[in-house]
Amino acid sequence: MQFWATVLLDGLTYASYLFIVSLGLTIIFGVMKILNVAHGSFYAWGAYTAAFAIGFITDNDLSEALFLPAILISAILVGVVLGYIIERFILRKMYNQDIHLIVLATFGVFLIFEDLIIITFGVDPYLPYQPAMMLGWIDIVGLNRGVYQLTLILLASIVAFVCWYGLTKTKWGKLLQSVIYDREISVAMGIDVTKVYVVTFIGGAILGALGGAYVAPTTSVSPGFAIDLVVLSFAVVVIGGMGSIPGALIGSLIVGILRAFAVHQAPILELFVVFAVMAIVLIIRPEGLFAPPKPRKI
Amino acid sequence: MFTGIFKDTSVRILITFMIVLCILSSFVLPDWMQNNFMYGLSRGLAILGLMLLWRTNLVSFGHALYYGFGAYAVALCQKYFGITDILLRFAIAVIAAGILGFCLGFILRKYREIFFAMLSLAFSMVLYGLLAKAEFLGSTDGMSISPSTLFGMELTRQYLFYLITFFVICAAISIQAYLRSTLGHLTTAIQDNEIRVEYLGYSVQKAIHIKYVMSACLAGGAGGLMAASLGQVDPDSMVNWNVSGELVFITIMSGWGNILAPFIGAIIFEFIRTYAFEWAPQAWAAIVGGTLLTIIFFFPGGIWSVIEKVFNYGKKKDVK
Amino acid sequence: MSNNAVLKATDLNKSFSGIVAAKDINVTINQGEIVGIIGANGAGKTVFVNMITGYLKPTSGKIEFLGNDITGIEPRNATHIGLCRSFQISQVFMTMSVKQNLMIAMSLSKKSGKTLLDPIDDEEISKECDKILELYKITDQSDNIVSTLSQGIRKLLDIAMAVVGNPKVILLDEPTSGVSVEEKFGIMDIVIAALKQSETSVLFVEHDMEIVERYVDRVIAFYQGEIICDAPPKEALTDKKVIEYVLGH
Repeated sequence: MQFWATVLLDGLTYASYLFIVSLGLTIIFGVMKILNVAHGSFYAWGAYTAAFAIGFITDNDLSEALFLPAILISAILVGVVLGYIIERFILRKMYNQDIHLIVLATFGVFLIFEDLIIITFGVDPYLPYQPAMMLGWIDIVGLNRGVYQLTLILLASIVAFVCWYGLTKTKWGKLLQSVIYDREISVAMGIDVTKVYVVTFIGGAILGALGGAYVAPTTSVSPGFAIDLVVLSFAVVVIGGMGSIPGALIGSLIVGILRAFAVHQAPILELFVVFAVMAIVLIIRPEGLFAPPKPRKI
Repeated sequence: MFTGIFKDTSVRILITFMIVLCILSSFVLPDWMQNNFMYGLSRGLAILGLMLLWRTNLVSFGHALYYGFGAYAVALCQKYFGITDILLRFAIAVIAAGILGFCLGFILRKYREIFFAMLSLAFSMVLYGLLAKAEFLGSTDGMSISPSTLFGMELTRQYLFYLITFFVICAAISIQAYLRSTLGHLTTAIQDNEIRVEYLGYSVQKAIHIKYVMSACLAGGAGGLMAASLGQVDPDSMVNWNVSGELVFITIMSGWGNILAPFIGAIIFEFIRTYAFEWAPQAWAAIVGGTLLTIIFFFPGGIWSVIEKVFNYGKKKDVK
Repeated sequence: MSNNAVLKATDLNKSFSGIVAAKDINVTINQGEIVGIIGANGAGKTVFVNMITGYLKPTSGKIEFLGNDITGIEPRNATHIGLCRSFQISQVFMTMSVKQNLMIAMSLSKKSGKTLLDPIDDEEISKECDKILELYKITDQSDNIVSTLSQGIRKLLDIAMAVVGNPKVILLDEPTSGVSVEEKFGIMDIVIAALKQSETSVLFVEHDMEIVERYVDRVIAFYQGEIICDAPPKEALTDKKVIEYVLGH
């Protein structure tokens, strides 16, 4: 019982930041049909910026209440700035090109931004543990876990809810769904698809950065931080269905819990099992478990 | 199949180039340069394999699977069977990768575009996951490989170099024969119109499967030769997804226009890497990224397209 | 099968989840015949063609070709035994030249006598292709890239590619659809003349009754998945049922 509680709890924690990050990735794919490798850059830069901000607050003895705003603002800042730069100067020139080239271009961008991290923040790891420390520990079903990690789950839930509400109940959300469904018709209906693309990309970037920023206090932030995560979020998105938001949720849960299970039961399987599931889903149902409906044209 | 292959211009240039290289390396080239050529030529085999796939509009984001599999096959055969002969090693790497490619090919040949790319990535990461955690295979530290022998005699680095050029020539000739054949043209036609190919009487999936196995063999051979040259294999430098990414990067940089392209591109890559590490070691990733973007935006046909223009090469024997 | 018959469909049926697309189809095509298949959209013409050429498997019934049972055959195997088709929307290699298209088709056909691994550039094959280009009157387009050419030329190429192996039977699916009015008759004249010369039996699906009248020995009319008439054109086109269900007068 203890074992399953551990797996569930840790699994939910992994799933939470995976979800926040993958949500951005899947929305970008759904709207723009681009598999954005540079998503890892948003994650990494979000984490570094938050770490830097937390360090700044701590070093200058500022109020601890500033931690949360610092994290959120870091995420938004990174998302807007990096997101805009990448969309405007790279992606916008490539929308008609072969999808492989677009993916490779985003890979190139990712590599560049990886090195920019080293130039900007240096090679030494950052350990912005202060917010986590501040919230302390708690005992849940006999397990001792940091409260901060639990708030991660809360954050993911909030993001999920806001997303659901935004997409189904607001005008903007309906617009987005229309573009995901069929770009051509959306253009014909007068939707400014370019604007939708920019806003989507920046939105997705903010989510990616938020994942990184919020996770930073629980770990050590160092170069190469994002490499494993990039490919894990790909797995999530593929399993759930590229472009599907409920898919990102289920995909994250599956990957998160599988990982937690492997870590506690058979560490040798930790990476293997996630990608094995990814391969199996691709073989059985390439569009993913929750692929958005594809209308038959003609 | 091979009739008149030695009259082919590209083949002649390749053989000439290899002979010149061998002569230079015996007398003139400094060690570090010879190493670069060795690694470039070895890796070039993998790039040749990727180029084959690209000509059918298939990009494998997980070719490090075969590259690493070939390398580890060599390592394991040494550990458990004591094999150090270079000819055996190369054969083992090629055959092992080929068998794996044959098996996975049954699945992959049904997919196209992004699904093909993602599935190949997934397979390669499955192998990575296994290797990274497998204690008996050295986990992330990998395994070391002792120097190769030839027919029981010690093989000097110089002779290893000669042999690598020989393997490269064999591979390139085979691939050129394939490319100019009906089957070779067919697989390029597949990306144009699959239905038409089926109705002309050939199974599209079978054609893709064959090509896939060939590219797996090439990548495996490359991995085996690299293992022998480096004396070391480990998951992060041979199987991880950024290795696959690097291979694809070199493929794009080289261009798909000719069998010479992969080797030229791979060799240039080695030299860039050497200089980059000397002058700006922290900026390597940015250099790769920047080059990738430059190629994509300004030279989509890769280095080869530049060479074609400059030397007015390209007899257009290769159908697009 | 009688001596002359090349293709015979017996009691063919096809349904898609309860929707009947073909019912009790019985057709015999003889050596050298030119048969027109007519019917309104959705009447079952294309389903019939697709079953014969292997794109669809019949729910029940039998298809025989030169005395052999070919029911459920794969399209590529149909091509090998001499049963070919052309497409309503020309299926050609858009990024290659007309000549290159034919070279690939010719090299793949058993007739070429080469294996797949032999070089594609071959004097003999090239000459054979030139002959076909002549026959279909597209020699002057030989080096042009197909994507730059008109629908009419693409159609001719599509059909030319289908006949490289000298098939016994060819099915043309709406050969003049998408072709401009000026080009229609010109194209059909060329195609039918070429096919008559090689003694290929022809089935073609067509909506244009002028075309049908002009070229066929026999007309088969479809309606709601069934054959309602199978007779020479004069009879068929004045048949009451045909007039009501197909011609729509």
